[in-house]
Amino acid sequence: MIFLKSENVSYQNIKTLHNIELTVKKGEKLALIGHSGSGKSTLLKLIYERYSDNTALVPQDYGLVNHLSVYHNVYMGQLNQNSTWYNIVNLVRPWQKPLERISIILSQLQLEDYLFRPVGQLSGGQKQRVAVARSLFQGGNLLLADEPVSSVDEKQSQVVLRQLCNHFSTVVLAMHDTQLALAFCDRIIGLEKGKIVLDQPSHKLASQDLLALYAE
Amino acid sequence: MPSKPYKHSAAWNVSWVFIFIAVGSLFVADIEISTFEPWGELSRFFLAIFSPDWTHYKDIGDAILQTLAFAILGVVFGCVVGFALALVFHWRLVRTICALVRAVHELFWALIFLQIFGLHPLTGLLAIGLPYAATFAKIYAEILEEGDKSALQAVDPKTSVISVFFYARLPDLWVHFKTYTLYRLECALRSSTVLGFVGLPTVGYLLSSAFLEGNYTEVWGLLLLFYLIIATIRYWLRPKLLPFYILVSPFIIANDSEISSENMVRFFTEDIIPTPIRNGEGLVELGQWFNELFLTQALPGIANTLILTQIALVITAILTLLFFPLISSHFFKQTGQTMGHTFLVIVRSTPEYILAYILLQLWGPSMLPAIIALAMHNGAIIGHLIGRYSNEITLRIDTVKGGNRYFYELLPRLYGQFLAFLFYRWEIILRESAILGILGIATLGFYIDSAIQDLRLDKAIILIVITALLNVVVDSISRRLRSRLRLKTAVECS
Repeated sequence: MIFLKSENVSYQNIKTLHNIELTVKKGEKLALIGHSGSGKSTLLKLIYERYSDNTALVPQDYGLVNHLSVYHNVYMGQLNQNSTWYNIVNLVRPWQKPLERISIILSQLQLEDYLFRPVGQLSGGQKQRVAVARSLFQGGNLLLADEPVSSVDEKQSQVVLRQLCNHFSTVVLAMHDTQLALAFCDRIIGLEKGKIVLDQPSHKLASQDLLALYAE
Repeated sequence: MPSKPYKHSAAWNVSWVFIFIAVGSLFVADIEISTFEPWGELSRFFLAIFSPDWTHYKDIGDAILQTLAFAILGVVFGCVVGFALALVFHWRLVRTICALVRAVHELFWALIFLQIFGLHPLTGLLAIGLPYAATFAKIYAEILEEGDKSALQAVDPKTSVISVFFYARLPDLWVHFKTYTLYRLECALRSSTVLGFVGLPTVGYLLSSAFLEGNYTEVWGLLLLFYLIIATIRYWLRPKLLPFYILVSPFIIANDSEISSENMVRFFTEDIIPTPIRNGEGLVELGQWFNELFLTQALPGIANTLILTQIALVITAILTLLFFPLISSHFFKQTGQTMGHTFLVIVRSTPEYILAYILLQLWGPSMLPAIIALAMHNGAIIGHLIGRYSNEITLRIDTVKGGNRYFYELLPRLYGQFLAFLFYRWEIILRESAILGILGIATLGFYIDSAIQDLRLDKAIILIVITALLNVVVDSISRRLRSRLRLKTAVECS
């Protein structure tokens, strides 16, 4: 599914990823952990650049359009699967078919009351769930999500992660909550200063083992 | 299933109201092409670009110097007076007077001053300087208002007002003043050029005579030089050279015409006094006189001005939406964007008056040339601003392309800014619509110009005041709409 061999990434002459070796099999659920600046986002970006076909994204800054409704933002996940004309008409008057599907997805994320609300009027946590809904609507073989539950509360985090893991067979999540990472992913990748310093199946790890990665 | 149907935003609804008004206006507007061979003439005109004619280089050089000198002195006058006014802009009276002065286009000011000073240089100087001073007052006051005041609060309250200003305010605000003033100098070059159409010795004068003779090669010779001057403005307008420019300019615009004090006195005591009063008739006659003026001239003038404005506004909007991608990094690579920039610079540098004049000669008198001219000029200006704005947006890495990107990613993000700029220029388009009447379209400018030709200055002045009031009304509607829709504009779009 994913095969990276001795990959290096530099940004403005500073190396952000060193000699990355990573193989991910179909069906695996990966969590990338490490404190900010360790290279999680860069690694997700690298994977996206190599494997963009049939891949859904939840970027860290959500990438939503504030002036469009929740419905339209979610719909954007499938822009490429319809003709431009169909998409333009949908802006003026939502089509029934995507509307039904998106309503279902939104109700799974407890967003059904905000269907036609402009995203700009939502709270941070709600926006994050819209970004998740968009990836669910887009679908695909692989999900790359950068901190997809950083702004939602404990209970909703569970809901969101369950939806994502059920929907996509292969999942790579950048996470900072180690407990959630252990609960939802079967493999943990630890990053530090752009290097992979840990690669273990979840059942061999306890939350304490991962604390070291967050120590300054 | 959702119980509530999808509702569009207020901005969407407002846009449709404007579109319906414009479509309704199209039904009553005269937009036919009346010349015998409009497209042949147009192509003859554009083919002449390949053989620009500079044989009358002496006249051309002189006209260019005059254009530059009037623009520079007008802006200097405007920014000095405007700055003084900006300091007392919180006085209601100053604000009202400035709004009225601004509402009268510089061409109308020129027509008025021509009656008072004749072809004396003061006419051109004040025609630019006066409305510019009123605009500078408003914008400078906004800059002072919105600037960072933290340094000001830290100053010992006993410090003199002047020291406070030069130490705590001016250094931070200087760059804003400079940028805006420079931008207005570019506008003044256009204004100064256009003043030639009413008889001042600037480039417009040569342009109109070359056009009347059908001498398109000479027209292009002048236009190309004009673009060159605008495009190279930052090279020749050096701060160090400015004192020199200001010193020589009065000598360039000086001519041997004298101000006749007799003329001046007569203008104020006789010419502009309504005829019934001058003849000692009663209030009834004055009422009748005004009534007739209002019904036969002001009213049709207002109607046509508004019709032209509303159509031009919506077509400006359409062109803006077509133009902005040309300079946007989301649609074109570097070379494409450069070509887009060049195109927009040329279109927006051409004064709308000259554009309308050219099209009118080619297609005959109707609103069509005016609509196209206003929409091209204003669409290029707003398109440039929106395009630049779009380049500050970063899209997610899995973003879509083409039409999907335009309609889903960019348009929703830019629409508020787009409407803000558009409403900001609404009043400017109205002012220009009125002016284009001088070219023979029956807007207010047509009635004003005819009244002046017939030496009925009393009527002309009243019509000018009506035009100014119409402007003030539209400006306040626009301001209300902008605050209702929570739209903010940058200062530089005036």
